Amino acid sequence: MSIVSSLSPRSGRSTELVLLLGAVGIVGVAYVNLGLATTGTVPPGLAALGAGYLGVTLAFHLVLRWRAKHADPLMLPIVTLLNGLGLVMIHRIDIARGRDLSDGVALRQLMWSALAVGIATAVLVVLRDHRLLRRYTYIAGVGGFALLLLPLLPVIGTEEFGSRIWIRLGPLSFQPGEVAKLALAVFFAGYLVQTRDALSVAGRKILGLTLPRARDLGPILLAWGASLGVLVFERDLGSSLLFFGLFVAMLYVATERVSWIAIGLGLFVAGAYVAYLVFGHVQTRVLLWLDTFSPEALETSDQLARGLMGMAAGGMVGTGLGQGRPDITYLAESDFIIPSFGEELGMIGLFAILTLYALLVERGLRTSLGTRDGFGKLLAAGLSFSLALQCFVVVGGVTRIIPLTGLTAPFLSSGGSSLLANWALLALLLRISDHARRPLPDPSEAEAVGAAHTQVVKLP
Amino acid sequence: MNAPVRRLSLLVGALFAALLVSTTLIQYVFAADLNARGDNRRTLLATYARERGEILVGQDAVARSVPTDDEFRFQREYADGELYSHVTGFYSFYGASGGLEQAENALLSGASDKLFYRRVSDLFTGRSPQGATLETTLDPAVQQAASDGIGDNRGAAVALDPRTGAVLAMVSKPTYDPNSLAGHDLAALDETYQQLQGAENRPLVNRAIGGDLYPPGSVFKVVTAAAALSDGEYTADSVLPGGAELDLPLTDTPLPNFGNQPCSASGEVTLRQALITSCNPAFGDLGMKLGQDTLREQAAMFGFGDELSVPMRVTPSSIGADLNEPQLAQSAIGQFEDRVTPMQMAMVAAGVANDGIVMQPYLVESVIGSDLSVIESADPGELSEAVSPDVAETLTEMMVATVDEGTGRNAQIGGVQVAGKTGTAEHGEGRRAHAWFISFAPADDPQIAVAVVVEDGGESGEQTGGGAVAAPIARQMMEARLNR
Repeated sequence: MSIVSSLSPRSGRSTELVLLLGAVGIVGVAYVNLGLATTGTVPPGLAALGAGYLGVTLAFHLVLRWRAKHADPLMLPIVTLLNGLGLVMIHRIDIARGRDLSDGVALRQLMWSALAVGIATAVLVVLRDHRLLRRYTYIAGVGGFALLLLPLLPVIGTEEFGSRIWIRLGPLSFQPGEVAKLALAVFFAGYLVQTRDALSVAGRKILGLTLPRARDLGPILLAWGASLGVLVFERDLGSSLLFFGLFVAMLYVATERVSWIAIGLGLFVAGAYVAYLVFGHVQTRVLLWLDTFSPEALETSDQLARGLMGMAAGGMVGTGLGQGRPDITYLAESDFIIPSFGEELGMIGLFAILTLYALLVERGLRTSLGTRDGFGKLLAAGLSFSLALQCFVVVGGVTRIIPLTGLTAPFLSSGGSSLLANWALLALLLRISDHARRPLPDPSEAEAVGAAHTQVVKLP
Repeated sequence: MNAPVRRLSLLVGALFAALLVSTTLIQYVFAADLNARGDNRRTLLATYARERGEILVGQDAVARSVPTDDEFRFQREYADGELYSHVTGFYSFYGASGGLEQAENALLSGASDKLFYRRVSDLFTGRSPQGATLETTLDPAVQQAASDGIGDNRGAAVALDPRTGAVLAMVSKPTYDPNSLAGHDLAALDETYQQLQGAENRPLVNRAIGGDLYPPGSVFKVVTAAAALSDGEYTADSVLPGGAELDLPLTDTPLPNFGNQPCSASGEVTLRQALITSCNPAFGDLGMKLGQDTLREQAAMFGFGDELSVPMRVTPSSIGADLNEPQLAQSAIGQFEDRVTPMQMAMVAAGVANDGIVMQPYLVESVIGSDLSVIESADPGELSEAVSPDVAETLTEMMVATVDEGTGRNAQIGGVQVAGKTGTAEHGEGRRAHAWFISFAPADDPQIAVAVVVEDGGESGEQTGGGAVAAPIARQMMEARLNR
């Protein structure tokens, strides 16, 4: 016999409000700190910028109170803090490059942030129940793969820094891979919920592993082919790893079969190895990764080396915001923003940022555990895992765990597409968590059923 | 589906744990290595922004940092740059290179752990951190005498205080002006560096302690004589063959004496006489009789083969390996594969001077913090006992006779007993021999030990012998030290 101690559990919105104020406060302190370190004065526009940032994030908080009352209270403060710290660091790189607030990258990022919050709000308002997304499973699938391969098209697809992951329409440039991540997560979740029985039950056992039937291998082979295509033709190891890892993880969650992981890993390793043997650009990446400081590698690119030296210069406690030289590393405000933080906030600061990411992922996975429908479970797990994997690919790339790739650090790095996609991802997670944490509908009804003494067998 | 989600969260935990580890490795474990890299621009800018310590000779700074208005904040200046270039090295935009600038970079830049407490106090007091100042052991008069003596020739000279091992002079010619490599104009810097680096006479190489090393020629006979006297079978009066040439086994080519003259009319000489006249057949015979192990051990006891840092690295000297009898005879007179640094030969002279004890050579007398407190001062240490005091006394007496009545007459100083040995080292057919001289003075109370080498015997006519060219330079250096 269990006792329900509280019939109306706390929604956590008040906790969220306090944490939000704290997050904005930390961002404000960082901004003031930067101003004092670089110009010796409290930066102009502190009040306006602080109020603006607080306003935007409070608006989102109010939308949550209105449309997703029981959503997870930790996610929004974490993302607010990450996004704000990213803004401060981008502004810091602007200063080092001789740009001020009015013509810097930070202003653009600020506008993108506002737009991203707007889109996230819209997702929450329009999408009343995440299960509605299941209807668009195949549209999401087609759209996701199309977005993924869009940069390969002539004219609009452009190559930058050796990777072909951008599309350009007039003055607008966009990295469709970030949005593809969301669409594909939706597609995988919808598809796997339908087919999980076939994928998880049928098959025969070899060496303790239950291997799937050959005909069930289709989807994984398709995903594998697509991710290899991304690796080879877009020269983007990060996205490739991200999409395939996402698919395999969701496949595993759906089927609970370890054999899928073995097959997936085997396929990826084999594919990546063949790509290494065949393609020069993959070999270059591997050389830069394994032998970063060799003369040949430095001749090709000393970006990674510079990033590493920046992190080393920061040491344990960092140089302090505005007092290091993160601008010595190229792309210090986007792909290499993690080393920038490492240099100025030190190992301790990076630990804090990694902990924020880990907390965010953990809340997402907890949402997955708490969700009652299979689609929501899969989607929440997939989105959370994609976030974790992206962190691993980005931070692992700049700290030499894996070869360096062109992914952005979620919420931190400069880049509009990344911000939009990740705020939308946050909105989806919040939507699912609202569903997961919502108390069971109408407990009085259940009590009435129990009181009638008719319930002999409790159905699951 | 909850079980796999839980397992997925474990995987996520492992991924983040890996990131924490990699971050720790870079920012803590290997941070010092990364920061110490020569191509690390951040470190360079940081050290440029810090006032680098001075290098002192006597009371005068030969290297110091003066404030500038550009982004580097300080400019390195070298007083008497050409005179001390191989001692100081230079500090350029690309980092410290050569000499004390490189060898003691951590102290000069202030990054050394020895300055840790000072750095901590700087952190709290907000004082901008400063590097430590190095006080060298050099005697400017001796250094100047050595430099003037070698003049425009190629060569090197080292002077030691035999009692302590303190380096009194270290000169390598040709030299360069470190100021030309310390500027902030990158293009000019590159061009000067490339030019110096590519120059045929290699001015950037410190010949006193490195480079290609030299065959020592007859100055090595002091080592051979030491081995003979220490062996117990020989005394200064032992009789050795002293004809115009020595027949060698395994080959038809005999070992000739210098100028194909016999060492004495009788064709036999004593060991003493052999050293005084630098008799090749006598020492060739001695080498073969002693055997290569004895010879090599004696050389090692003078410091051959040792890894020394003064604090610059001294290339180890050697006498070759697996010698047959004729090669051994050649090696005993300082030819064949004998390769030495002038520093090593100065240590041989100093060892004999100091009752057989070779002291560890050093160039830094003391390290002085920015608050003028002494952080570290030199603690002279024994390197080895090369010969017994008795043998040292006999060798001294023989070397004094060499200067008084033998090949080293040009090193005589009025009123002071000088002990010395000449050398004329051949290094290839048709090329003029290197002129060598090692010596110390006063013989009864040694205050300075010297080794001088002038490549290709210098330019003074056909008189290429060590006695003619190198001995006067050594004399001037000793006089400078003894104030005569």
